[in-house]
Amino acid sequence: MTLALQPARRRHRAFSVPLLLFIGSAALYLCAALWTQSLNQLSAEGIVGLLQRTVALGTVALGQTLVILCASIDLSVGSMISVGAVLASFIMRGAPAMMVPAVLVVLLVAAGVGAINGLVIAKLKVSPLIATLGSGLILQGVLSSGFNNFAGSVPPAFQAVAYGAIGPLPWSVLGLGLLALGVSWLLRSTRFGAHLYAVGGNAAGARLAGIRTDRVIVQAHTLCSLFAGLTGLYLASRLRSGAPWVGRDGVYDLESIAVVVIGGTMLAGGRGGVWGTIAGVLLFAVIDASFNMLGVPAFPKQVIRGAIVIAAVAVYSLRNKGHVA
Amino acid sequence: MTIALPDTALHRRAGSLTRHINSGVVIFLVLFAAVALKQPSYIEPAGFMNFLRRAAPLGVLAAGQVFVLVSGGFDLSVGSLITLSVLGASMITGGDPSLTGAAIAALYGIGVAVGLINGIAVAFLKVPSIIATLGTLLSVNGVAMMWSGGSPRGYLPDNFRAFGRFVFRDVPLVGQLPLSVIVLAIVAVLAWWGLHGTVFGRRVFAVGDNPRAAELAGIRVDLTRISAFVISALSAVTAGIMLGGFGGVSTDVGQGLELQAIAACVIGGAQLMGGRGSITGVVFGALSLFALFTLLNLLGLPQALRDTAQGLILISAVASGAYRQRTGG
Repeated sequence: MTLALQPARRRHRAFSVPLLLFIGSAALYLCAALWTQSLNQLSAEGIVGLLQRTVALGTVALGQTLVILCASIDLSVGSMISVGAVLASFIMRGAPAMMVPAVLVVLLVAAGVGAINGLVIAKLKVSPLIATLGSGLILQGVLSSGFNNFAGSVPPAFQAVAYGAIGPLPWSVLGLGLLALGVSWLLRSTRFGAHLYAVGGNAAGARLAGIRTDRVIVQAHTLCSLFAGLTGLYLASRLRSGAPWVGRDGVYDLESIAVVVIGGTMLAGGRGGVWGTIAGVLLFAVIDASFNMLGVPAFPKQVIRGAIVIAAVAVYSLRNKGHVA
Repeated sequence: MTIALPDTALHRRAGSLTRHINSGVVIFLVLFAAVALKQPSYIEPAGFMNFLRRAAPLGVLAAGQVFVLVSGGFDLSVGSLITLSVLGASMITGGDPSLTGAAIAALYGIGVAVGLINGIAVAFLKVPSIIATLGTLLSVNGVAMMWSGGSPRGYLPDNFRAFGRFVFRDVPLVGQLPLSVIVLAIVAVLAWWGLHGTVFGRRVFAVGDNPRAAELAGIRVDLTRISAFVISALSAVTAGIMLGGFGGVSTDVGQGLELQAIAACVIGGAQLMGGRGSITGVVFGALSLFALFTLLNLLGLPQALRDTAQGLILISAVASGAYRQRTGG
């Protein structure tokens, strides 16, 4: 019975939630722009600017979606982003020749951190919250004891990642779009994607069905940290250098979880998808842009933002009949 | 058979013995022994009391947090609530000692409100607590900044700061007794009674272990959850009042304390997702964490490595707990 219902329900969710969020975000943006008469925000440049603000959070959130789908979570992404940004600018030191080695080192470190996260969770049976909270603290501690300010710099060629564009479309936005398409393909059309949903939906059942659940969890975490490393590279490019607080200041760990949940992916795992997450990121960017247009000062903005996170998640969870903690 | 029986009984006794010794106590003894080896003054009464005085706010915070953890949730908002308490106290009193009583009453009022918001968001709006308390973390921090205008202003009157810094002199046996240690003792006893000695405490365990079963047994799961969040918020305000006495007014007093409190609980054997934990354990967990920080200081390691050590101890505490549970030891 439930087996027959499942696919239909998933398809229904995958269509409705992101679409609703996209329409809601667009309406909010339009209203804010018309209300404050900041019509330049509605021009192509204004909208491209809005999209550019989704890149950093969007990239982390894609990775976070993967781990949350398999009923895990990653709280270390904020520190991983800082590590990526600092490593990149420290290795490059403004030299274009060091760009490729720096990117490779960052991605290798990120993959290593993710694999360790996954192994601690899958093999040592440490709760993912604690495992990634701990690894985040470890990374942040090592990083902050080695660096206490902007370290090195990024050559102009690397700044093109954040500032370059093809026609009106920035590379970074295009890159996020391609990443989202890639992850969407991974989830819908590969064996890994199917296994991810299976492990998140019912880990014991997945194991009995012959899926190597440990391996799926390690792979998901490796991918998630890789996405965090990419975000670090992007931030280093945008800020022209990396500092050990770039990840923490962006609250990327908690905000990425919030947008994934707002996008309709269940924290319990097994249900959700990429497009909801992207729509959630867009909603956050629109809310920020609207606040700016309305001229809300920084601190009240923070208060309202907190309330919006709770309200947005409540909209979905209210349908939930079971208990949450 | 007759030979085998006493054998298994012996095993069981040995097993239950290791289970009854709390991991927090063991870790604390090991770490504190290391501290004492490095700096012998810490085992003298004065040195030990000073250690307890500075560890007291974390102990209070952990004793409140464990109610939420045992009921199956998280409370990430306590750090920002501490910041709000300290900034709020300086805004209300403005350095006037006669307003201290009113300020403390107002802070506890704010604490109850934040706890209720957390609890209602989780119990009625069904928002997972990690998200709900993240939302209140952002909002409470914003309110603290709005109230103080973004920079710490004013100072705290001396009678307010007494909770953090007053020390009774010439006390028999220990020599000196800081007021904050007495506060920690009172909070620990109250929390122990609340969690282990009352029907409410049983309900918290039942809700954390299996909310559906608890509901079928007639427990109001929503009210139990809300109470747990209010208790955690009240403990945060208490810790905030003590910390105000330590370091004075700043905008980052509470930063990171929510993670330290959760870490203290985990070291003390509390189980995330609910159903297990004890006040003795988490108070010793808090002392362990503080002993670790002291040790790192004594070894002259950079402040930043605190985080690294905290992360390592957190993961190893949970991994060893998970291992013990799997092997039934």
